[in-house]
Amino acid sequence: MQYQIDGKTAWVYTGGKPFDASSPTIVFIHGAEHDHSVWALQSRYLAHHSRAVLAVDLPGHGRSAGPALESIERLADWIAALLQAAGVQKATLVGHSMGSLIALECASRYPELIAKLVLVGTAFPMKVSDDLLSATRDDEATAQTMVNLWSHSSLAHYPGSPGPGFWVQGVNRRLMQRQKPGVMHVDFRACNAYTNGLVACAGIQCPVLLVLGKRDVMTPPRFAKEIIKVLADKRVVEIEGAGHAIMAEKPDELLDAIRSF
Amino acid sequence: MTSPREPGFDTLSLHAGQQPDPVTGARATPIFQTVAYVFRDSDHAASLFNMERAGHVYSRISNPTNAVLEERIAALEGGVGAIATASGQAALHLAISTLAGAGSHVVASRAIYGGSHNLLHYTLRRFGIDTTFVDPRDLEAWRAAIRPNTKMLFGETLGNPGLDVLNVRAVADIAHEHGLPLLVDSTFTTPYLLRPFDHGADLICHSATKFLGGHGVAIGGLLVDSGAFDWEASGRFPELTEPYAGFHGMDFQEESTVAAFLLRARREGLRDFGACMAPMTAFQLLQGVETLSLRMERHIANARAIVKFLAEHAAVESVSYPELPSHPDHALAKEILPRGCGAVFTFEIRGGRAAGRKFIESLRLLSHLANVGDAKSLVIHPASTTHFRLDDEALQAAGIGAGTIRLSIGLEDVADLIDDLAQALRVSQKA
Repeated sequence: MQYQIDGKTAWVYTGGKPFDASSPTIVFIHGAEHDHSVWALQSRYLAHHSRAVLAVDLPGHGRSAGPALESIERLADWIAALLQAAGVQKATLVGHSMGSLIALECASRYPELIAKLVLVGTAFPMKVSDDLLSATRDDEATAQTMVNLWSHSSLAHYPGSPGPGFWVQGVNRRLMQRQKPGVMHVDFRACNAYTNGLVACAGIQCPVLLVLGKRDVMTPPRFAKEIIKVLADKRVVEIEGAGHAIMAEKPDELLDAIRSF
Repeated sequence: MTSPREPGFDTLSLHAGQQPDPVTGARATPIFQTVAYVFRDSDHAASLFNMERAGHVYSRISNPTNAVLEERIAALEGGVGAIATASGQAALHLAISTLAGAGSHVVASRAIYGGSHNLLHYTLRRFGIDTTFVDPRDLEAWRAAIRPNTKMLFGETLGNPGLDVLNVRAVADIAHEHGLPLLVDSTFTTPYLLRPFDHGADLICHSATKFLGGHGVAIGGLLVDSGAFDWEASGRFPELTEPYAGFHGMDFQEESTVAAFLLRARREGLRDFGACMAPMTAFQLLQGVETLSLRMERHIANARAIVKFLAEHAAVESVSYPELPSHPDHALAKEILPRGCGAVFTFEIRGGRAAGRKFIESLRLLSHLANVGDAKSLVIHPASTTHFRLDDEALQAAGIGAGTIRLSIGLEDVADLIDDLAQALRVSQKA
């Protein structure tokens, strides 16, 4: 379904069910160079289990109008504006990678709107290597290869998302290629430039779940240690055999972690 | 900066989609000769049925051994996924029936396998799907044949029987100009010789029975999706962009940006038509795929040596192989098939129908049968077998000469193949 935010179309997937803001709401926020479909299984499941689901296409991604927003802070404001547009009083935010920073910043800025946070494949600071950052600007195909290589821990999944017969690496590569040129650099620059993570974490009072891939080389679990230290109410789940693309590589384990939170 | 490198073709041929079995440690892909899979509880069952969780329910829809083959082929082709089917014909049918229905139209190359021609020209017409056949080399003919109800363009990477090389990029561009996908049958080339997605194709079907398996022991097909086609932007495919009452009201394009086609094909065509692959077949085909590049290299080397031998032989009028400068697609083949033009080709024997029959019946090592892409070398003389009812004029209209011989060159010692061909050619020319 669509909302208008700042005069631009914001597209959200509601999990295959009509959105009902009176149900407990859960917002899924994708990472860099992705769209809502990375959450296909988890968002569809929860929509069919008494949650109201908003799996967003961030501005400039997927079906949402652009341009891509330049900072985590602006993206956090955009999520708050989306909640207002959808008539949501309070929501759980689930974010992956860049999306986890957006969720974090949103909870810091708008604590009254946020019930719980789920940070998937997260780290702070989310520093992007110079090589990758310049590749996102100068050579997206190479940057996509880097990200695809580093996001997956295995050549085989039993099964991955969206199901048996899908080549997880191929799905991820094509999804990145389907995003508009230039978006990748804006996203990675925003991750790299975000500095408020520790301050935000220190101020967050709502429960926070961190779901980390034990074999993640993009945001290794050790890079989340600092924020884990300062979070007040936290729970950490490390998933065996998962890389950075946890939604794709271990869809059931991630869903079960979210469900039990 | 060191360039990032994804796993190479041979590594993917061996490892994509499979790792040592987590329960038993088995290194090879186990054969899951199994029909159904236990649900953890009612909620798990419901969520599998509703595509909220990934997993297997019933082997007509998915099977763990088949999934390995599907993921491996998708990796080799550079696609997002694949569906294993009962045969190559089932893969073609699944591709068409997912996108087309009564009142739809297909534009197809006229240089395609006879079984595919039958499906399009006769069988699907009975179900209201019309096909216009075009000369695959005539790009304007492709364009002119497109109608408002056209659903796809279809051709073979190497056409039958003249090995017309499909200009995948040019035909894909025409398809895309009209908001249509290009489906190609890549059976003769396999991803080792050509990756059609890299040239703009959107869907690939294979008869895996041929070079992918390579052993001639299993019938199977594969349908692969690039995930690049934008069904929504096209506006021609409500099958993928509007809620489908046959599967919980799912809007497949909304559900998945890149997987919409395969989700519908599996949840509708595979489920309802039921032309699934047997797990044992998937296992057998995987054994072939593991050595695909090694076998294709030998197929090509042997084919080249035999093309050279035949081209220089007095009993041979002509050889049709795109690597020869005399072939009309020589330049295109050099561009898109640098590794070789496959191991199936035709030649014209001097002496027409009678000489062809004698030649075939004199061969000792090459097997006279109706198949291609086997490890063993195969031969057929259409005028005295598959097309024996046609007179010379009708044969010519089908692009076949009275003396046309089709060879599928296998992996034997090439000297032995040449000896066999030489003695049979000698016999064929005796009065």
